[in-house]
Amino acid sequence: MSTQTPETETETETEPEAESGASAAPDHQQRRMDEKRARAEARDDAAAQAATEFEGETVELKVFRYDPEVEGKEEPRFDSFTVPFEKGMTVLDALIFARDEYDSSLTFRHSCRQAVCGSDAFFINGSQQLGCQTQMGDLEWPVRVEPLPHQDVVKDLVVEMDHFYDQMESVQPFFDPDELPDGELDEQRQSRENREHIKLSTRCIWCGACMSSCNIAAGDNQYLGPAAINKAYRFYMDEREGEQKRQERLEIIEQEHGVWRCQTQFSCTEVCPKDIPLTEHIQELKREAVKENLKFW
Amino acid sequence: MYEHDVIVVGGGGAGLRAAIAAQEQGADVAIVTKLHPVRSHTGAAEGGINAALRDGDSWEDHAYDTMKGSDYLGDAPAIDTFAKTAPDEVIQLEHWGMPFSREDDGRVSQRPFGGLSFPRTTYAGAETGHHMLHTLYEQVVKRGIEVYDEWYVSNLAVTDEDDPNDRECHGVVAWDVQSGEIAGFEARDGVILATGGLGQAYDHTTNAVANTGDGVAMAYRAGVPIEDMEMIQFHPTTLPSTGVLISEGVRGEGGILYNAEGERFMFEYGYATNDGELASRDVVSRAELTEINEGRGIDDEYVYLDMRHLGEERITDRLENILHLAEDFEGVDGLEEPMPVKPGQHYAMGGVETNEFGETCVDGLYAAGECACVSLHGANRLGGNALPELIVFGALAGRHAAGEDMGEALIETGPSEELDREELGVPVGLPSEQSDTAEPAADGGEPVEDVDTRSSEEVVSDAEATEEERIETLLEREDGVNHADVRADLQTSMTENVNVFRTEAGLEQALEDIQEARERYQDVYVADKSRTFNTDLQHTIETRNLLDVAEAITMGALARDEFRGAHWRKEHQERKDDEWLKHTMVSWNDGDPELWYRPVILEGHEETYEPKNRSY
Repeated sequence: MSTQTPETETETETEPEAESGASAAPDHQQRRMDEKRARAEARDDAAAQAATEFEGETVELKVFRYDPEVEGKEEPRFDSFTVPFEKGMTVLDALIFARDEYDSSLTFRHSCRQAVCGSDAFFINGSQQLGCQTQMGDLEWPVRVEPLPHQDVVKDLVVEMDHFYDQMESVQPFFDPDELPDGELDEQRQSRENREHIKLSTRCIWCGACMSSCNIAAGDNQYLGPAAINKAYRFYMDEREGEQKRQERLEIIEQEHGVWRCQTQFSCTEVCPKDIPLTEHIQELKREAVKENLKFW
Repeated sequence: MYEHDVIVVGGGGAGLRAAIAAQEQGADVAIVTKLHPVRSHTGAAEGGINAALRDGDSWEDHAYDTMKGSDYLGDAPAIDTFAKTAPDEVIQLEHWGMPFSREDDGRVSQRPFGGLSFPRTTYAGAETGHHMLHTLYEQVVKRGIEVYDEWYVSNLAVTDEDDPNDRECHGVVAWDVQSGEIAGFEARDGVILATGGLGQAYDHTTNAVANTGDGVAMAYRAGVPIEDMEMIQFHPTTLPSTGVLISEGVRGEGGILYNAEGERFMFEYGYATNDGELASRDVVSRAELTEINEGRGIDDEYVYLDMRHLGEERITDRLENILHLAEDFEGVDGLEEPMPVKPGQHYAMGGVETNEFGETCVDGLYAAGECACVSLHGANRLGGNALPELIVFGALAGRHAAGEDMGEALIETGPSEELDREELGVPVGLPSEQSDTAEPAADGGEPVEDVDTRSSEEVVSDAEATEEERIETLLEREDGVNHADVRADLQTSMTENVNVFRTEAGLEQALEDIQEARERYQDVYVADKSRTFNTDLQHTIETRNLLDVAEAITMGALARDEFRGAHWRKEHQERKDDEWLKHTMVSWNDGDPELWYRPVILEGHEETYEPKNRSY
C-alpha cells in the first residue's frame, strides 16, 4: 500500500502549471484553484471523520510461528499481532505491518503484491488464499494465518515447495511440436478457438493452493495433483503439437497417480486464485483417455 | 564452491533467455536467483512485445520510433540491433508455444501502443509477461538447465586492479535462503546480471517487493559505471491505492482518459493533439499530474481511464486480466465504471553500462534486461519495448558469454580519462566511518596493487570470506536500527522529491535525506538470528543496494539541468541538445561517487539519426 499522500503531490508539484494556467485564464483558473482548496479542506475533514470512525479500530492477527533453530520456536505456536485496520488492507499488508513494526523475524514469501507471482498462498481462516488478494475487511476477525497444509513447514508461513515443483516438472511441461515452419519469420497457426480452449489453463501461477487443498494429494504423495495435470492439459489440448506427442502426454496423464485418482471434490477449483476450472480440466482429460482407449479396442 | 561456465544472476525474462542461449552455445550454465523463476516480476508485465513482423512495417520504423521515444538519448547501435532482432526473438517465443492472442487466420495479433507508428505490439491477453516468463521457464526445464532458486547473490567476485577497465569477474557469492549456507560460484566464462528493476526505491511503484536494484548496486560497487540513472519512467495508469499496473493495452485498444469535468484532456488541453491517450508515457504522466494539480483531478488525486465503450466481448477477449486487477485491488468493475488511475514509478531506463552484446567494462561481467543500460530506451522507454529487450539482449549476452564471436562492438564501455567530469556541490557517497570497514577493494577499500595475481578460484573464495564476515557482523549486532525504517524514509523522500516533476530544491533535499539514511544504515542490525530463511537479513542487504541506486538517480537528476524525456526540471524547461546529448555516468570510485559523461551515439547501422522536436 502506498504511503504517498495526495497532499504531497499537490503541494509540491503544483506551482509551475498553476503559473502557466493562471496567465492563460486568470479568473477561471483562480476560481478552480479556490475550489480545489475548498475541496481539499472538505476532504481533510472527511478523512479526519473517517479516521475517527476507524480510530482505534484494530484487527488481531494470529500467525503460525515455527523455526527449527530458534529457542522457543522449535515447537509451533501462534503469535498475536494487533494491527491498525484501514479500508482496503489485505492480509499481506497486515503481515508486512506486523513484521516491520513488531517482529522483523516474521517470515513469509511475497513479491509482486498483485496475484501473479504466486508466492503468498497461505491458509487464511481455514482456506487456501493469496495474502495479497484477500481483504482483511472480508474476513471474520481475528484473522488466523497458517502455512499451506500438507506441505512441510520451513519457517513460519514458508513451506517447502520442492515436491510441488517436482510434480509440475514431471509432466513434460514444455511445448514440443513435431515440426516447425521453416520459412523466415513463419509462425505456427493457432485458431482463436484453440487458444480460447487452453486460455484458462495457461493462467496458473504455481501458488500451490490447489495441491494443498486436495485430500487425494494429501494421502498419495505421488499423485500429480491438480496444478500439474492442468499443465499437462494445457499442452495436450494445444493443436500445434503433433499426434505422437499427444499419445505420450496421455500416458503421463493416465498413469497410476494421474487423472484417475481425482475424486471430483472440487476443492482445488474452489481455492484457485486465478479461477481455473481445474476439476473440469481433469474430467475432460479422463474423457479423452477413455476415448483414446476405446480406439484401440 | 560451485562451478559452471556461465552463471546467470536472476531468473526473469532476460536471465532465462540468456541461460537458454548460453546452453545452446554449448556452455554449462546455471541460474542463481533469489526467487523461483516463475515468481519473477517479468510475470507482471501486461501489454505486449513490440516487433516489426508485418507488411507495411519495418525494423527501421521500429528503430525510429524507439529513438524518438528515447528523446534522442538512446544509442543508435543498440536501437538498431534491437529492432532488427526483435522479430526473430518473438517468432522464437511463438515456436516455443507461447499462447499469443491470435487473428482469425491463426497468426499472432498485434495492437497499437503509445509512441508507435504501426500497430506492432504482439500480446497474450493483458498478461503477456506472465506467458512469456512461463514459456521461457518451460524451455529451461526442457533443457535441464540448473537453477539455484532462492539463492541470494550478495556480491560479485571481481579482481582488484586500480582501473575498473582492467578488472575481471570470476563469479559470485550467494547464500541459500532456505539453509543459510554461503557459497562461492565460480564462472569459467562469464557472469550475466539479469536482476531486473529497482522500483523499491519508491513507495508508489508497479514493481515487486523483490525489485531492489541488486545487480545495478553490485556492479556499481565493483567499479562498473552506471548510466542514465535519473531516467525513471512513471507509468500513467497505475491504481491509486496500491500502484498496481493497468496496461497501456487498455489505451491501445481504445480506452480514453478523462478528468473530473469529463473532458478528454489529452486532446482538449493540447498535451498530444495527434496521438491523444497514445502519446508516449512521459507525456501522458505529466498531463495527468498537470490536470490533478490544476484542480481537475478526481479527489485531487487521480483521473479516469474508461474502457466501457469497448464492449464486454472485446474487453474479455483482450483485456480480461485488467477486469480482475481493477476488481481485486481497487474494487472497481471496469465493465460498469471508469477506473481511477495516476502515475506511478514503473521502470528504470538506466542501469549497468553495457555494449550491444551485454558486456560491461569488467571482463567476464555482463548485464541484460532492466538492470542494464545498453542504451536502448534513453530518456523514455516506449510501452512494449521492455519485453523484447529482455529476449534480444538476454540472448546476445548469453551467446557472447558462452564464447560466440560477435566481432567488435560499436558501443564503448568503461571509465575514460578523456571524458568530462563534474563536481557536485552536495555531499554524496559513504559517511567516512563506513569506508573504513573491511570490504573488498571493489567495494570501497584501497586496491592492493595494480595487477591482481590471484587465481580465479582465490578471487571467488576471498569474496566468499568477505561476505561471510559481513553477514556475521550483521547477525552479531544485538541492537540498532531496523532496516525497514531506513527503507521507508528513503522511499518517501524519493517519491516526494525525485518524481515526475523535479525541482532543484527537491533534489537537494533528497540527496540530504539519502545521506542521512546512509548514516543511520551504519547502525543497522538484523533482529532475526536464525540461519533458516532469514528474510530480515536479505531485506537488510537489499536496503543498502537501494541507498546506492537512489543516490545515483538523484545525483544524475540534479546535474542534468534540462528537460528530456521522463526527466522534467522546473527550472529548465527545454531540451538542450548542444549541451546534453550525452549519457550521465556514475562511477562508485571507492565510495566517493563521481559523475562523468559519454556522448550519445546517433550513428546507426544504416543511417545517422537527427534529433527532432518530439511531438505526439
